[in-house]
Amino acid sequence: MNIITSLLPVAAVGISLIGAIFIILANRRPNLRESVTLLIAVGKFLLVLSMLPTVLAGGGFVFTLAELIPGVPFQLRVDAMGMFFALVASFLWICTSIYSIGYMRALQEHDQTRYYASFAVAISATIGVAFSANLLTLYLFYEMLSLSTYPLVTHERNAEARVSGRKYLTYILGTSIGFALPAMLIVYAIAGTLDFTSGGILSDTGVAPGTVALLLILFVAGFAKAGIMPFHGWLPAAMVAPTPVSSFLHGVAVVKVGVFSILRVIFDILGPDLLRSLDLGMALTYFVSITILAASLIALTQDNLKRRLAYSTIGQLSYMILGAGMLTASGMTGGVLHIAMHAFGKITLFFCAGAIYVASHKKYISEMDGLGRQMPITFGAFALGAMSIIGLPPLGGFISKWYLAVGALQADQMPLLLVLLTSSLLNAAYFLPIVYRAFFAAAPAATTETGIREAPLLCLLPLSVTAICSLALFFYPNVFLRLVEMAIAP
Amino acid sequence: MESMLGVVVAKYNYWLYVVLMMIGFYAMIGKRNLVKKLLGMNIFQTAIILFFVSMGAKRGGGIPILDKEAALAGAVKVAEVVNPLPHVLMLTAIVVSVSVTGVALAVLQRIYKEYGTLEEDEILDKIGRS
Amino acid sequence: MTSNLPLYVLAAPLLAAFVVNLAGRVWRGSVAVLSLGALLFSTISALLVLQQVLAHGTIRYTVGGWRAPWGIELVIDPLSALMLVLIAVVALLATFSALASARQELPGREHLFFTLYLILISGLFGLAVTGDAFNLYVMLEITSITTYCLIAMGKGRAPLASFNYVIMGTIGACFYLLGVGYLYMLTGSLNMADIQSILPGMYGSISVATAFAFLMVGVWIKMAFLPLHGWLPNAYSLAPSSTSVLIAPLMTKISVFLMIRIIFSIFSPDYAFFQHVGVQHLIVWAAALAILIASGLALAQTDLKRMLSYIIVAEVGYMVGGVWLANTAAMTGAILHIVNDALMTLCLFLAASAIVYRLGDSKLASMQGLYRRMPLTMAAFTIGAFSMIGVPPTAGFFSKWYLILGGIEAGPWAWVYVAALLISSLVNAILFFRIIEIAYFQGGGEHGHGAAMPRQEACAWQLSPLLLSAVALLAIGLAAGPLVEHLIIPALPAGF
Repeated sequence: MNIITSLLPVAAVGISLIGAIFIILANRRPNLRESVTLLIAVGKFLLVLSMLPTVLAGGGFVFTLAELIPGVPFQLRVDAMGMFFALVASFLWICTSIYSIGYMRALQEHDQTRYYASFAVAISATIGVAFSANLLTLYLFYEMLSLSTYPLVTHERNAEARVSGRKYLTYILGTSIGFALPAMLIVYAIAGTLDFTSGGILSDTGVAPGTVALLLILFVAGFAKAGIMPFHGWLPAAMVAPTPVSSFLHGVAVVKVGVFSILRVIFDILGPDLLRSLDLGMALTYFVSITILAASLIALTQDNLKRRLAYSTIGQLSYMILGAGMLTASGMTGGVLHIAMHAFGKITLFFCAGAIYVASHKKYISEMDGLGRQMPITFGAFALGAMSIIGLPPLGGFISKWYLAVGALQADQMPLLLVLLTSSLLNAAYFLPIVYRAFFAAAPAATTETGIREAPLLCLLPLSVTAICSLALFFYPNVFLRLVEMAIAP
Repeated sequence: MESMLGVVVAKYNYWLYVVLMMIGFYAMIGKRNLVKKLLGMNIFQTAIILFFVSMGAKRGGGIPILDKEAALAGAVKVAEVVNPLPHVLMLTAIVVSVSVTGVALAVLQRIYKEYGTLEEDEILDKIGRS
Repeated sequence: MTSNLPLYVLAAPLLAAFVVNLAGRVWRGSVAVLSLGALLFSTISALLVLQQVLAHGTIRYTVGGWRAPWGIELVIDPLSALMLVLIAVVALLATFSALASARQELPGREHLFFTLYLILISGLFGLAVTGDAFNLYVMLEITSITTYCLIAMGKGRAPLASFNYVIMGTIGACFYLLGVGYLYMLTGSLNMADIQSILPGMYGSISVATAFAFLMVGVWIKMAFLPLHGWLPNAYSLAPSSTSVLIAPLMTKISVFLMIRIIFSIFSPDYAFFQHVGVQHLIVWAAALAILIASGLALAQTDLKRMLSYIIVAEVGYMVGGVWLANTAAMTGAILHIVNDALMTLCLFLAASAIVYRLGDSKLASMQGLYRRMPLTMAAFTIGAFSMIGVPPTAGFFSKWYLILGGIEAGPWAWVYVAALLISSLVNAILFFRIIEIAYFQGGGEHGHGAAMPRQEACAWQLSPLLLSAVALLAIGLAAGPLVEHLIIPALPAGF
């Protein structure tokens, strides 16, 4: 392996942190401020992209920023898994930035400077999590993400936002301090290191099975951003945030940081072999199956579109954990790959929900009869996104679900296959009626005259791009697939 | 019982200080009048000062002023002079005690000006009402 | 020149105290010049002392040339040198803010205030360096008496709080003195090193245990170790802001240092921790209980300064527990936490002081919309709050890390302490986010009122030390590795 010491990962993480300062300085000049946002978004993506060839060639980048605790530096390292996540997040951030500008301007939102600055810090933290070389660095960025998204969740600053913000922090901060921190310390006390090492760092320490089980429970509960029941309640509550926040942070960055952290722990801290030998992986898969089914059922009952999407997200997140928990090659591939596939699909759906709100101020599915005829592009994209989440070909979601299903067969676990199929049916049951209503149901008489049109171009463009990407990922998943294979290779 | 009494009598000075200390302690904690608390504090400190002073005392010991010639000749009989060090220390402790008392009295004056009373109950009453 | 350095550290503020008293009557500006000058001098000297100690080992300085064990000896080991620097830096930063607050709170009496203030600081320096058990008592009382006065300078109920502190403080000091009396009877010496060399032969004696118990209870009262904390919340919250910025960060921390000094320089860790079976566990459990109860009480407060006072009581539990866990990780954590907690408390009290300066009180309810009104103050406050909660990479996270690690290493009996630390972190999160929420949201709920609230930062005298302390918290956090390696580990008492 060819590991290069380089400032590139630091630059990739830091660019938006520095950018946040410029955004604050450009407070009174919206055009400049938004140019800065776009500039750093593109810059960040290019920085991440520039590291891709080396990573694909089997290399990596590393940089140590400071020595925090003996044996645990504040260190950034780019490997295949981090690259995979960073690539998805930084690309989608460009889309979100463009979308934000359209959305925020159309609604003439207040406090936009704070919004953009917090967003920039949040994406820094997300990339930081992706590039963390050890658990402590990851934890640091994880907390940074929790705190920087608080102003975004409470952006409305009304009573509802206040309650949601409180709920958000209680779940996220409470679990990370209460569960993840002690788990991390126990690992450190046992292994004396927290470095992510392929195959785990606990395998050779002769640690007691009970301790491993305890650690797994603490970590899964501690990274509550992954939305596994019973620690999912913050996600629907956080939907009070402006839609670009919900789409990017609660469709992609925040929730997937949770999943990513758990996957890191399973792959690189506890180690698949150790978990397999104790049958803990399977226990985990059955545990998250509950979330998959329950979240899908709850999603069926939601009339608020964003809340339905939120519950759908909760269900889909557990797919990723499910895949990882199978501890078979296909299952793990499917689990990790689903991070990307779901990200593109779900962000499209959220973008559409926002576009619908901008164009018509409608939040509830029951009001959307016939809306598709007035907003064909938006609902077209919505249909694609929904199909990807359901897992229909020819969309990206099909590939990851295929791997998951194969993984379940390899592990010889028919019940898991059943869970996957049932859940897909449920996904179809809560998404397809929306599409059907929008295109085929008769519109209420009153709305036809009001002349609802498509949302502004800056909203429309990103959602079209992400929808097309969902489609493209079915045909060209190779880069992502290669990265995932490298990530899970022992 | 006999031996217990013997212990008490033999070390009667220490038992006295314990009693004094407890009186002071009780006044500091139990009394509701602030001046009485302060007096209790003084008694408490005095007990400790006496404890130190008697620590240095010796039966039949004289004043610790030595004849220079005799001392240089190495003929000092330690048992014949009391230990002066605790006494010197207690000079400092007395100074400390006096300063604390002074500060406390000044503080009490301010309290009196503020509330017109030095009874803790009445003061708390007034705070509760305002 | 350099050989007298340790003495200069504490002499500078002492001398300045008297000059301030006289010169301040003639020219008001001299108060600021003299106090800052003296403290700057002390800070530089303290840094030099630290550098010398780290390079050449413990300095033993005999005051006036009277040899130990008869004369008074100053013993500056790496830990005391660290304390010297900490006190000097915190006092220097606090003084900027205190000057501004005192001008507002005690107009025309600044020179009197700063006379006491500077004497207090030199008393603290004295506590950090003295190697004589009785001298320590005198220094303890110098700091206490000045503190009583400084607290009593507050408005309203402050004198009453001060009087309660006088009573409790005196009990603490007297217990300490009694302990010293016992030691003197046993060993005939007051020099710490001398006592330590004589005592081991008598470790079995119940008198030694009594002496140890008296000394411990004495310092516990001084550091407000729950349940002996009753005096602290009123005293610290009712004191003038100019007083609380100095005493809140330093007084409890110096008492924790004294506890370490007594355990390691008069007795020995083997004696303190392991001679009497069960005592160690009991004290760690008591510390855990102290953390939990104090955190709970902090939740009930509606005033910022009172809430912070209860947090201080909880933090004392952290450090006492850390010391008594008696392993390297926990001791590292306890000493690192002395440094971090001093800075965190300084940061938060400076912020509280700036808020009181502008708002007139520190009630939580009056802090609405403060993020708009005082954005820089609140930014620094937020960093201080994160450090108290223990969010990386602020300093507070790392001391908590070592303390919890120590708890895990100590074994199952210490899990209560680990749990208490975690719960206290969570409670701190609730406490501070409650404030952040109040300050972040406007009164009245809906948005749009923001424009009406004018920006009104605290004055530069208060803002600059506040921002510096916040930056220090981040810097210490990021430099935690080298800091622990080069400063804290050498400062660990011998035997660890």
